Amino acid sequence: MFSKKVGVAVAAASSAALWYKTREQHVAGARLPPTRELKYPPGADFPDLKNHHNIMKNHLTPGCYAKLRDVTTPNGFTLDQCIQTGVDNQGHPFIKIVGLTACDEESYETFKDLFYPVIKERHNGYDPEVDTHPIDLNPAHIKGGKLDEKYVLSSRVRTGRAIRGLPHPPVCSRAERREVENIAIAAFQGLSSDLSGQYYSLKTMSEADQDKLIEDHFLFDKPVSPLLTSAGMARDWPDARGIFHNDEKNFLVWVNEEDHLRLISMEKGGDMKSVFARFCKGVNQIEKVVGEIGWEFQKSENLGYILTCPSNCGNGLRCGVHVKLPLLSKDKRFNDILDKLRLQKRGTGGVDTAAVGGTFDISNLDRLGKSEVQLVQEVIDGVNLLVEMEKRLEKRGSIDRLMPK
Amino acid sequence: MPNHNTARYTAEEEYPDLEKHANHMAHCLTKEIYKKMRAVQTPSGFTIDNAIQTGVDNPGHPFIMTVGCVAGDEESYETFADLFDPVIEARHNGYKKSDMHKTDIDPDHLKGGENLDPKYVLSSRVRTGRSIRGLCLPPHCSRAERRKVEQISCEGKNHNHRGANYTLQRFKPCSYRQPSVTALAKLDGELKGNYYSLKGMTDKQQDQLIEDHFLFDKPVSPLLLASGMARDWPDARGIWHNDKKNFLVWINEEDHLRVISMEKGGNMNAVFKRWCTGLQLVEKHMKESGYEYMWNPHLGYILTCPSNLGTGVRAGVHLKIPKLSQQPKFDEILKKLRLQKRGTGGVDTASTDGTFDISNADRLGFSEVELVQMVIDGVEFMIDLEKKLEKGESIEAEVDGLKQK
Repeated sequence: MFSKKVGVAVAAASSAALWYKTREQHVAGARLPPTRELKYPPGADFPDLKNHHNIMKNHLTPGCYAKLRDVTTPNGFTLDQCIQTGVDNQGHPFIKIVGLTACDEESYETFKDLFYPVIKERHNGYDPEVDTHPIDLNPAHIKGGKLDEKYVLSSRVRTGRAIRGLPHPPVCSRAERREVENIAIAAFQGLSSDLSGQYYSLKTMSEADQDKLIEDHFLFDKPVSPLLTSAGMARDWPDARGIFHNDEKNFLVWVNEEDHLRLISMEKGGDMKSVFARFCKGVNQIEKVVGEIGWEFQKSENLGYILTCPSNCGNGLRCGVHVKLPLLSKDKRFNDILDKLRLQKRGTGGVDTAAVGGTFDISNLDRLGKSEVQLVQEVIDGVNLLVEMEKRLEKRGSIDRLMPK
Repeated sequence: MPNHNTARYTAEEEYPDLEKHANHMAHCLTKEIYKKMRAVQTPSGFTIDNAIQTGVDNPGHPFIMTVGCVAGDEESYETFADLFDPVIEARHNGYKKSDMHKTDIDPDHLKGGENLDPKYVLSSRVRTGRSIRGLCLPPHCSRAERRKVEQISCEGKNHNHRGANYTLQRFKPCSYRQPSVTALAKLDGELKGNYYSLKGMTDKQQDQLIEDHFLFDKPVSPLLLASGMARDWPDARGIWHNDKKNFLVWINEEDHLRVISMEKGGNMNAVFKRWCTGLQLVEKHMKESGYEYMWNPHLGYILTCPSNLGTGVRAGVHLKIPKLSQQPKFDEILKKLRLQKRGTGGVDTASTDGTFDISNADRLGFSEVELVQMVIDGVEFMIDLEKKLEKGESIEAEVDGLKQK
């Protein structure tokens, strides 16, 4: 239920406009479709992707483009808007990026001729046409989960959520983005006990707050990655962007960064079970409160939770640890081991960094087609094995018998 | 680009937060004007939100007062006159809606400028922009329109960017099939030259162009990126230059065409003469193909940025004035001479060694000849001051006696 504070606010506002809209009020008016007519035939607008390396390029045929160029989603968005990031960023033959963003929930359906094959390629053959995605946010289903803290420095689980009826960060208008922020703020006020905390708007936060958030490694900055900026996600920065964190500083929510909401549970050490339990509690509570104020998350049977990037569909879950593997990481088979365990490595600075000093960010590779519990279990089991291998190597033993199949 | 949402949100809810902003758009865009402009769009679908995005995303520039809004097509200046008129008035010295602009590209009207002292004047340059009527401007154009600009102005034979063969056959206005018809290809004599498409150029060509200081790169300035001008890079972008390497045209950078005449040393007169000749010949050839420049008697030549309306001329020199530039009244002198300083790396740089890029501050309300004359006269005046300072003489009398031009 709402905390007292919100109840009072709602009562006081009932005579004037509510400071957040209800879903009914929101859908009453429709977004205007564009009246722009592209006067040249689709072939003349077809992007030159000869030197590009991304998944979008692999599936955007001239025929597909010709069919979809003049189609719009119910909110008026076009295919060109979805593919802009993939056209602007050539990519690299070794790094597989998607090159496509969803402007709104309906983009996946309206442009399925492109989105579905892209999803299939990115998510190991998952076919949105026939497959269904499992959701499991019950931490009781996790076995084990206390990782060796001599090696595991920190544990973290993150996901994203999008509010149904509002377009995504690449294309949302200022009012829509502010709407997301209002809904989020209302949701935060419904969090209780160990999850209760405070929201800091990026625009109005004090210098002292800003320094503190940077020190805690909570603050996110205006995107500089061209993958994000060419998709339009940095528009109007820092309007309606902000950060919520609980008083204990182990549950936080980013508002209006790459998705409407990014929910993160983290703590030092290796108690992944506790991290995931808190994660589930937070995610479920927020979803509940969002429902109570008349909104809901974008979700479907075949795509799970729907987010801006097709790579995050399903559960949008990245469950990871910072783990010290100085010896194992030098082994020639390291990448192969990770691959077999369905794990991915990154530097500890995030997706665009390299590892420093043998400490890696290790997380799940998959998103769509497996439930949250399945993925977290894979990370737990996988990291346990990696740590065992590291210990074996420390004792100058062989890891041959430990190799995953 | 986002569509406006007039049915779902009020202007109040969409209005950008411009509290910390210091650019012309932020100063002129009242809530009432925004509300009125929200209700309309240009025939090609350009909206007020599109126009102001760059100004919303970039609160201010450290060295110059930026405009903060761009045009997406010729009609933008009419459709959004309620914003553009006051912006133009503020940016162009009180230029009124009823004022008429004068064009004068007769080099015989220029006095002097044949030998500005090369000990101080390292190079001389004149540039302007031109837009092709009927095609949208860089912030808004589709890929096909951008390619059309390239095709109309340059040779056809470097084009290899059509994605699939079948589109080529169907899309064939006859001028495309005859490269010799294109405007720049028809230039001869000392203006004869070649087109280098950014996409098709070899490494060797690229190195040469960089060495010649001709090559323009994908914009990195957030002012340009935020307005959408870097989309689809490097599709349909290129450089044309004459064999003598002193007349060049940029295709599809910040404007459809940027026409530049330059050379080392201080013969601004010759630079201007060549520029006038080239500009007029290109226009003549274009008209023969049935195209013309965007122009009207009130705003002169229509370009993407309101700051470039009128003549679009920036005539300048790289000037070595280490002593004069240290004088406390340096900026005041420039202001009185109607000149502007920049670092030699361009608008976003500062001077490092006492060498400055000095050019006319005005664009609209003065003719091309008048502007270049101001640069010539002003530079000669500053060289005299520098020489005096070198001899240890005082320049107080000259500075105090300088009248505002």
